[in-house]
Amino acid sequence: MPYSASIPPLPAFEAGEVIDGYRLEERLHQGGMANLWRVTHADNTLPLLMKVPRIKGGEDPATIVGFEVEQMILPTLQGLHVPKFVAKGDFTTRPYIVMEHLPGDSLRPRLDRAPLPPAEVARLGALVANALHDLHRQHVIHLDVKPSNILFRHDAAGRETEAVLCDFGLSRHDHLPDLLDEEFNLPMGTGPYMSPEQVQFVRSEPRSDLFALGVMLYHFTTGQRPFGNPTSVRGLRERLYREPVPPRQHRPECPPWLQEIILRCLEVDAEKRHPSAAHLAQDLLNPEQVKLTARAERLDTAGTVTQFKRWFKSLGAEPSARGSAAEQLKRAPIIMAAVDVSGAAPELLELLTETVRRIVAAEPGARLACVSVMKTARIGMDELTDEQGHSLHVKQLIGLKHWARPLSQALALAEGLLTFHVLEAPDPAAAIVEFARRTQVDHIVMGARGNSALRRYLGSVSSQVVAEADCSVTVVRVPQVGGGEG
Amino acid sequence: MKLALITDIHANREAFEACLEQAHLHGAERLALLGDFVGYGADPGWVVDRVRDLVAQGAIAVRGNHDEAAGREPSPHLIEDARRAIDWTRSRLSPEQLQFLADLPFTHETDNSLFVHANAWAPQEWEYILGRQEAVRSMQSTVCRHTFCGHVHAPALYHLSSTGKIADFTPTPGVAVPVPTHRQWLALPGSAGQPRDGNPAACWALFDTDRHTLTFHRVPYDVDAAAAKIVAAQLPTAFAERLKIGH
Repeated sequence: MPYSASIPPLPAFEAGEVIDGYRLEERLHQGGMANLWRVTHADNTLPLLMKVPRIKGGEDPATIVGFEVEQMILPTLQGLHVPKFVAKGDFTTRPYIVMEHLPGDSLRPRLDRAPLPPAEVARLGALVANALHDLHRQHVIHLDVKPSNILFRHDAAGRETEAVLCDFGLSRHDHLPDLLDEEFNLPMGTGPYMSPEQVQFVRSEPRSDLFALGVMLYHFTTGQRPFGNPTSVRGLRERLYREPVPPRQHRPECPPWLQEIILRCLEVDAEKRHPSAAHLAQDLLNPEQVKLTARAERLDTAGTVTQFKRWFKSLGAEPSARGSAAEQLKRAPIIMAAVDVSGAAPELLELLTETVRRIVAAEPGARLACVSVMKTARIGMDELTDEQGHSLHVKQLIGLKHWARPLSQALALAEGLLTFHVLEAPDPAAAIVEFARRTQVDHIVMGARGNSALRRYLGSVSSQVVAEADCSVTVVRVPQVGGGEG
Repeated sequence: MKLALITDIHANREAFEACLEQAHLHGAERLALLGDFVGYGADPGWVVDRVRDLVAQGAIAVRGNHDEAAGREPSPHLIEDARRAIDWTRSRLSPEQLQFLADLPFTHETDNSLFVHANAWAPQEWEYILGRQEAVRSMQSTVCRHTFCGHVHAPALYHLSSTGKIADFTPTPGVAVPVPTHRQWLALPGSAGQPRDGNPAACWALFDTDRHTLTFHRVPYDVDAAAAKIVAAQLPTAFAERLKIGH
């Protein structure tokens, strides 16, 4: 006999009630899908939030399954870019999720202040892109990225340090069953933000989240939505062939690099977007190194004929086969070469070049960030120019580019996949680790000091990086002639 | 309780031992063996004795089509090579061992879980669960929330919602999948002794009956030793070759 019992009517949640030790203090939000309560627990000092699905009489698959998905996925997630999971209630008797309560507004109210200055758009975008990359690394695609699902962590001074993604009701985990896959006959997502492939029922493309972020960046830059707010499937399908008005047409002061980034996010074909959220974050953090294409200059949408062709093509179009979130990231790693251009021996620099070349050559979608640290004094002013008055920073950058020349020739990296960064810091190892963390580097390649006496005296930068970095580290060392220690 | 699910051992001692060892390391407290203890492999006597010991200690065991063919009479369903293997197997087993196989039950039900070799709609007819259609048919033939089957040699997990939506999923080894009881689940752990999904490592799964999670596992074993024994026993060499490529 098929099991057909529906979810029984749920007991009402009232202020003052205690559920599994959680005391309902105050209802913070009553939404269409869920109610949010501030709760407390005797054993937990963290500010807590309880999310309770609203089940509107009888079966409501969208709410029920979405809540089930969130109950399944949130407990698997870790780190600063998601609310910390605390507890969940039995799905059939009293479904709820208790999680960390993040104070402050979501990004939603800031939409009303758009257009925002380009630097602010880039700052917000990079925070969100970093959060998405962290999520994708944990095998999860969000699939409902929008301002109201983005919160922030703050430092003591009140500055936003990390974006926090919430609401995983439409998300998909590479390694868990997709409960939504077979459930509905309509595309799932939020109209203005849904990627073209989501409109075509594809739920396994991590770059769908980059498209949604592109919609947000567009809105923050211009004050307008790139695809309006369609409510029908037909309206949603328009984004498969109708390109958005270039941001610079709405707002001429939008810099070309920002338009380049936004329009790349909004590409219909996911293959043409940034290969990963980390690549997108890199671009947003380094506007001067964004490779500008025809997208950057566009001031008009395509003509009627082109658009008709696109529309015709979209009729029978099937989205191409997609990988999982994790597969995607494996294909587009960020590799960092940390180069001591002025201090290292020529043999070491040469060996480093060769090692980096081999590693990057083995990863076709890789991005290479070449980094050099300019050591500064901890206290007091530094000489920022040499005797001839040349900027030391620029000099180091020239040295770094010179070091990378054989690499860029051998690898023929597409422009934009090779970037250069000179960091000024008193502690080179800490600067390298911090840069790698901030730009979501997957693999650091660096040289080791050859001379052991010098190493003893100065300490080893590479061993500190190996100890402290979050990612893989390859340390290159020139073999000692004769094998003995000097 | 942690329940280890092992199926389609097919007289492969090396694979069975590797699964038992890893199940023990993962804290398995009980075993459920889903049939096809013999056939194809070279160690039927050892495997049957081990299964008898485990059943005496509380393990669940159900009958597979190869067990029936060996213990009772060769089935007309079996292909030529498999029938040859069954004849060889019968010659290697004592009357007591054959009787043990002949007496195995077709199904076992406990705490809302059903254990059956082939499917729930007709356990004695050995039809395969090859896709969603058969999976729905099986789940609709039982009130149990969790069904565990063997017979199909590749791991898979099907689930049926209370609104009748079926979906399937290819599990990732080592990831605990929540299998809550408001849905129906049908799990195929995959074969221990003769995997056929292109990965030669032995399959087994661990069901946590309190937390309602199911974790599929793969464990490498000495494939070469198991294959060499098959060749030495003059069984069809294809049985040895397929172990090496997991097909």
